Amino acid sequence: MSDRRPTTDRGRIRIVGFEDADSDRPGDANSNGDGDESPAATAGRTARPTADPESRTGPTAAARSPSGTALEGPGRSRSAGAWQRFRRNRTAMAGLTIIAVMAVLAVFARPIEVSTAEYTITLQPVSLAPYDPAQPFVGPANAPPSWDHPFGTDWAGRDQFSRVLVGGRYTLTVGLVAVSLALGVGVPLGAIAGYFGGWVDEIIMRLVDVLYAFPFLILAIGTVAILGRGFWKLVVALVVTGWIGYARLLRGEVLSVREREYVTAARALGIPDRTIIRRHVVPNAITPVVVQATLNVGTVVLTAAALGFLGLGLEADTAEWGAMLSRGRDSLLQGHWHVTVFPGIAIFLFVLAINLVGDGVNDALDPHRDASDDRRRMR
Amino acid sequence: MSLGRYVLTRISVAVPVLLGVTALTFSFIHALPGDPIDALVGFRSVSPATEASIRAEYHLDRPLWEQYLLWLRNVLVLEFGESPVTGRNVAATVGRRLPATLALGGAAWLLALAIGVPTGIVAAVRRGGPADELSRLAALAGIATPNFWLGLVLLLVFGVRLGWVRVIPPDAPLASPAMAKFMLLPTITLGTASAAVVTRLLRSSMIAELDAAYVRTARAKGLRERTVILKHVLRNALLPVVTITGLQLAFLIDGAVVVERIFSWPGMGRLLVRSILQRDYPVIQAGVLLVGVSIVLANLLVDIVYAVLDPRIRY
Repeated sequence: MSDRRPTTDRGRIRIVGFEDADSDRPGDANSNGDGDESPAATAGRTARPTADPESRTGPTAAARSPSGTALEGPGRSRSAGAWQRFRRNRTAMAGLTIIAVMAVLAVFARPIEVSTAEYTITLQPVSLAPYDPAQPFVGPANAPPSWDHPFGTDWAGRDQFSRVLVGGRYTLTVGLVAVSLALGVGVPLGAIAGYFGGWVDEIIMRLVDVLYAFPFLILAIGTVAILGRGFWKLVVALVVTGWIGYARLLRGEVLSVREREYVTAARALGIPDRTIIRRHVVPNAITPVVVQATLNVGTVVLTAAALGFLGLGLEADTAEWGAMLSRGRDSLLQGHWHVTVFPGIAIFLFVLAINLVGDGVNDALDPHRDASDDRRRMR
Repeated sequence: MSLGRYVLTRISVAVPVLLGVTALTFSFIHALPGDPIDALVGFRSVSPATEASIRAEYHLDRPLWEQYLLWLRNVLVLEFGESPVTGRNVAATVGRRLPATLALGGAAWLLALAIGVPTGIVAAVRRGGPADELSRLAALAGIATPNFWLGLVLLLVFGVRLGWVRVIPPDAPLASPAMAKFMLLPTITLGTASAAVVTRLLRSSMIAELDAAYVRTARAKGLRERTVILKHVLRNALLPVVTITGLQLAFLIDGAVVVERIFSWPGMGRLLVRSILQRDYPVIQAGVLLVGVSIVLANLLVDIVYAVLDPRIRY
């Protein structure tokens, strides 16, 4: 137990269910915590930094229900319960399967090699893609699908099938990295704004309001115009546009969470603000942000692809799905349908799968909220 | 709070945001790598005399905040100077492109409502039935389809294969039958995702309203189900759809940037993309500012309309 022992010099408040480190089972606090004492009891228990993640999340889940009794039963953490609910959701599991398959295909599309000065270490030797995606004229230009080239070839005679497989790498990493970094910016700022209020809140939220006045794609285009093209610049553009949504959403949740008794109790016990935010406020306010972030992977991928399509994303010859479509219009007018159709289906499938998973995450984490609040899908 | 006081409060919140939007747009040219003068002359080498005159015109020798105030004064009278790339007046260029985008966006928004509202009603009333499931799948597909891809596929099928529509806009004024026919595909492309969002939003707000006590009362006094739904439930359920108009506007502008490129539509979106590729920064600045300001104003308007429609909101 990584307990920071409270000092014995100062006056301590004795709270039922808080005194004994040995009885650190989630069920305990909940059975003790009836009536008036329950918020304080659960707060006291969650207040203690514990090494065991199970016991940390358990009481917080219990704290959400008004009576303080755990709905899940003793020993079940919130995340385990959520996973159970998620697994029963067939459409969500279908979405997850699609993403998993796409991820595997992307990883094993071409060998991954790390080369330093003179050594080349092969991390992943498998090559599912029949051709090098960047190699021109492996077949005739603009050839329709055939056995040699299942998705046909593009204007430069590059194998479309290989390009679509490898393109998954860009899409998946951009989506994942951009959303994670945006969460890393938006969550702390939103929590600080909501918890402290006052001028800190004013500054952060006015900044959010100003950025919110610009549509996602316009803001991303503006950032790309300043920074230029490239993978990390694209990620920065997507983070600039992405964090505001999380900050705003989390702030709203934190505003209500900070008024709860367990936060007051934690404050009364003299726990520093940063610990309260990290251990009590954010875990209880994060649910809608998690749902939004899941759905946002889809939005981010669509925006990245749109930028690629406009010629403002990655370099034009990159095998990224959006960029592959940017020449699609010219090929299309000449009647080469396959150049457009296959990368588009790949994007469609991925975003659809993300949306299915997002709905599933929503139902699993927050069964009482209606799944179909689609406002968040637009951001 | 009276309506007047509420409107004043809302405006007082919108003004600093508008100032922030202008400040951000202003700093755009200064955030570019290199001397802002390069962006303003279009990255050509110019004679020192021209450079000096442009420096004087944009007051580049003054402190930054002074430059901002002087720029803001020009912006308020819609004076954006000339494009270094085309040599045309920026405000006039943007102004000429605006109607096309407004027409396209308006048509797409109407289409979104025309599809989304009936579908949302049916999905809510037949909740859990096959119609509901079908609408859920259609909405998911609509949200997941990249609009640029949908546009390309529609263009391929109806423009190239079937030859029913032209692949580039006809050389006709905006309000003409030929243009209206051409606008059909861009409108569908742009409106699909919005229609999906409206459907899902209306469905969930209808379902929430259907449980309300007044619905039971209306049924109990013997109103026809049709009247209950259309006259009572729908009117209340439409409020959330009104609230997202600002978001929808942002969504449609994003879409227009892409869709206009596919269909060579002579609007703002295509102008923006072209300006980025040509590094025509004054035009980008004016376009982005126009977008930002209109979204802030649209949100302000929505809040006021909402307060007029629903007195409970004026707390």
